[in-house]
Amino acid sequence: MRIPAIPARIFKSVRFLFVMTILLGIVYPAVVTGIAQLIFPDKANGSLIVLDGKVRGSSLLAQRFDSPQFFHPRPSATDYTYIGAGASNQGPISAALVKTVEDRQVTWERSYGSLAPEEMLYASGSGLDPDISVDAALAQVNTVAKARGLSDYSRRALVAAINEQARASKGLIGVVRINVMKLNTLLETDPEYRGTVTRQ
Amino acid sequence: MNSSDIAQLAIVGISACILAPFLGSYMERVYAGKPHPLAFLGRFERFIYKVTGIDPHEQMNWKQYTVSLLEFSFISIAVLFLILVGQGFLPFNPQKYPGLAWDLALNTAISFVTNTNWQAYSGEASLSYLAQAAGLAVQNFLSAAAGMAVAVAIVRGIARGTDSREGLGNFWADMTRSVLYILLPLSLILAIALVSQGVVQSISGYVPTLSFEGKNGLIPLGPAASQIAIKHLGTNGGGFFGPNSAFPFENPTPLSNILEMLAQILIPFAFPFLFGAMVKDKKQGYMLFMVMFVLLSIAVWGSLTSELRWGTLEGKEYRFGKAGSALFSVLTTITSCGAVNAMHDSLSPLSGMIAMFDIMIGEVIFGGVGSGLYGMLALVIVAVFIAGLMVGRSPEYLGKKIEAREMQLSMIAIIIPNFLILVLSAVAISLSAGRAGIANSGPHGLSEILYAYSSGAGNNGSAFGGLAANSVFYNLTVGLAMLLGRFGVMVPMLGVGGSLAAKKRVPQGSGTLRTNTLTFGVFLFFVIIIVAGLTHFPALTLGPILEHFLMLQGVKL
Repeated sequence: MRIPAIPARIFKSVRFLFVMTILLGIVYPAVVTGIAQLIFPDKANGSLIVLDGKVRGSSLLAQRFDSPQFFHPRPSATDYTYIGAGASNQGPISAALVKTVEDRQVTWERSYGSLAPEEMLYASGSGLDPDISVDAALAQVNTVAKARGLSDYSRRALVAAINEQARASKGLIGVVRINVMKLNTLLETDPEYRGTVTRQ
Repeated sequence: MNSSDIAQLAIVGISACILAPFLGSYMERVYAGKPHPLAFLGRFERFIYKVTGIDPHEQMNWKQYTVSLLEFSFISIAVLFLILVGQGFLPFNPQKYPGLAWDLALNTAISFVTNTNWQAYSGEASLSYLAQAAGLAVQNFLSAAAGMAVAVAIVRGIARGTDSREGLGNFWADMTRSVLYILLPLSLILAIALVSQGVVQSISGYVPTLSFEGKNGLIPLGPAASQIAIKHLGTNGGGFFGPNSAFPFENPTPLSNILEMLAQILIPFAFPFLFGAMVKDKKQGYMLFMVMFVLLSIAVWGSLTSELRWGTLEGKEYRFGKAGSALFSVLTTITSCGAVNAMHDSLSPLSGMIAMFDIMIGEVIFGGVGSGLYGMLALVIVAVFIAGLMVGRSPEYLGKKIEAREMQLSMIAIIIPNFLILVLSAVAISLSAGRAGIANSGPHGLSEILYAYSSGAGNNGSAFGGLAANSVFYNLTVGLAMLLGRFGVMVPMLGVGGSLAAKKRVPQGSGTLRTNTLTFGVFLFFVIIIVAGLTHFPALTLGPILEHFLMLQGVKL
């Protein structure tokens, strides 16, 4: 069989790449976008939290909370930045990591007066992990209730809301977790938990 | 391990084992041009041939097949390089990102065309939607298709009878069929399933937000689900977002985590069955599958044990936990996927080592789509030869005599990645430009470098992410490792396919060493362990193993 001249063969490669780019780089993502926007518009657009017509974040991405009026998410190595988020990448015998973890334990104890659950001591992989354990959420309830000036009845309702979210998160696979963003959205939207706080 | 960890492990393992044989026999029909359930797409297939001027019936010998593969790959690298440096002048760039620096663009272009997906950049912080969707995602499909096509061509060579008109098949037809009948339909299903869990898929720009405490922010979006689907199915692994599958928009729930793990092992699990069907001896496929599965089980057991005993949640996501992260780290490194849902740099020393060793073993524990099979065939040929010497039989594999040429080519395919890992690591550790990238001190620093070149040469793409890899030194040396680690295995193995294709099939006699038996499987297992172990044990001793003992002593560095 005759091997065609090089320019003709290269032209064939270019043509194949061009056709495949149209199919896989334009048609395929366009079709997926169309279906996604039609069936799951909320999820496809980032599961945004919208309050009073303003985007306040995404329920999948943790954000920085300093105030005791909110539940706090896991530590972030990149200060909860959305773009360029990441992890500490500290190794298992890193002295710097040990120091950071000790500092976090001290801070936690000062705020909540208990031993911190493990996930609250170690920075997440994405720097934006929205989930914490039920224990970590319950440990923060009293501090949040106090900062918001909640009645004892509302505080107990908040505990019940956390337990309810834990049950709902179990799903098929059984990973029980509390989404800090959803919990804080509840604080901001339900008059029960509004307390004496005015929204920023 | 709690019940949800066990559920995850069981769901992924059992679904893959159930689906793989069906997919394998379906793929055999696709590549042989036999009738199959998606044959109604034949109209599109013929249309593609028409507009690209391809004659799918034109049979190629191994040299023609190799030349087509190399030409197409180098043109792909060139075009992707131009898209990456020129994205500032191209549309669908809502954040107005400028083009990448030449060394980063070259590294990234090589990375995606070689199915490695090593990333020295953060997608959402540096790339336009066009560069991601029409540049990187396209190569996710095509590099996967190329690996599958080459594997199929090599097996055709092995399986070929004496009809000399048959070649190894047609490169363009194999590429087109891999995309149209296997990768694209599966990606479409997976992409929608991922969106249902919360993976984003949008072409609007990033969303400005005001945080609960009143700070401004910008939430990144993009056509992510469509790219993430093929990233797993094609064992590519390149994240749409910087933190890869740890990022909640890329892997939002435990269920999406299961789907992503299943997707990255599905096609590699099917390849041994495809092999058995193509050589018309299913037991040959079962034997390869069992060897791979035993190696995988050992890796999963070791990694889970170490991580649950000594691991922390540093670099892990709460929704995946320690077990879901350790399992992912094994599945992404035995297949050449390289996506991560937890930072491998922060894994316990032995789990990090297992991830690294999965790659060093040659990406043959199922391995990348296609590449895992032909990588394994190189080791099978060596095992057949050694076994033949030991029992005094002339080495044959599937009725074809294994002679000096096949041995030389297989050895080249085995040695090249190992050579790249050890020599480039040695060079990096000796130069200040290499040491400058290290993030952790002590043995972990060596591990970071060793992992980087393993990942490059094995076309995996995961990393000990602390390593500052976006420097001219690392962009070029890892780029070299990816290029030679890909084509330095593909081309010799195509040579083996071509050489075996030309040989007459000798009928099986009483003197034949049977290669579809348990005995041969056990023998192959030890050949694999010895080849990879002897090569890498010294370096691993200085890295993760030393680190493990320092950890047990309570040493902090």
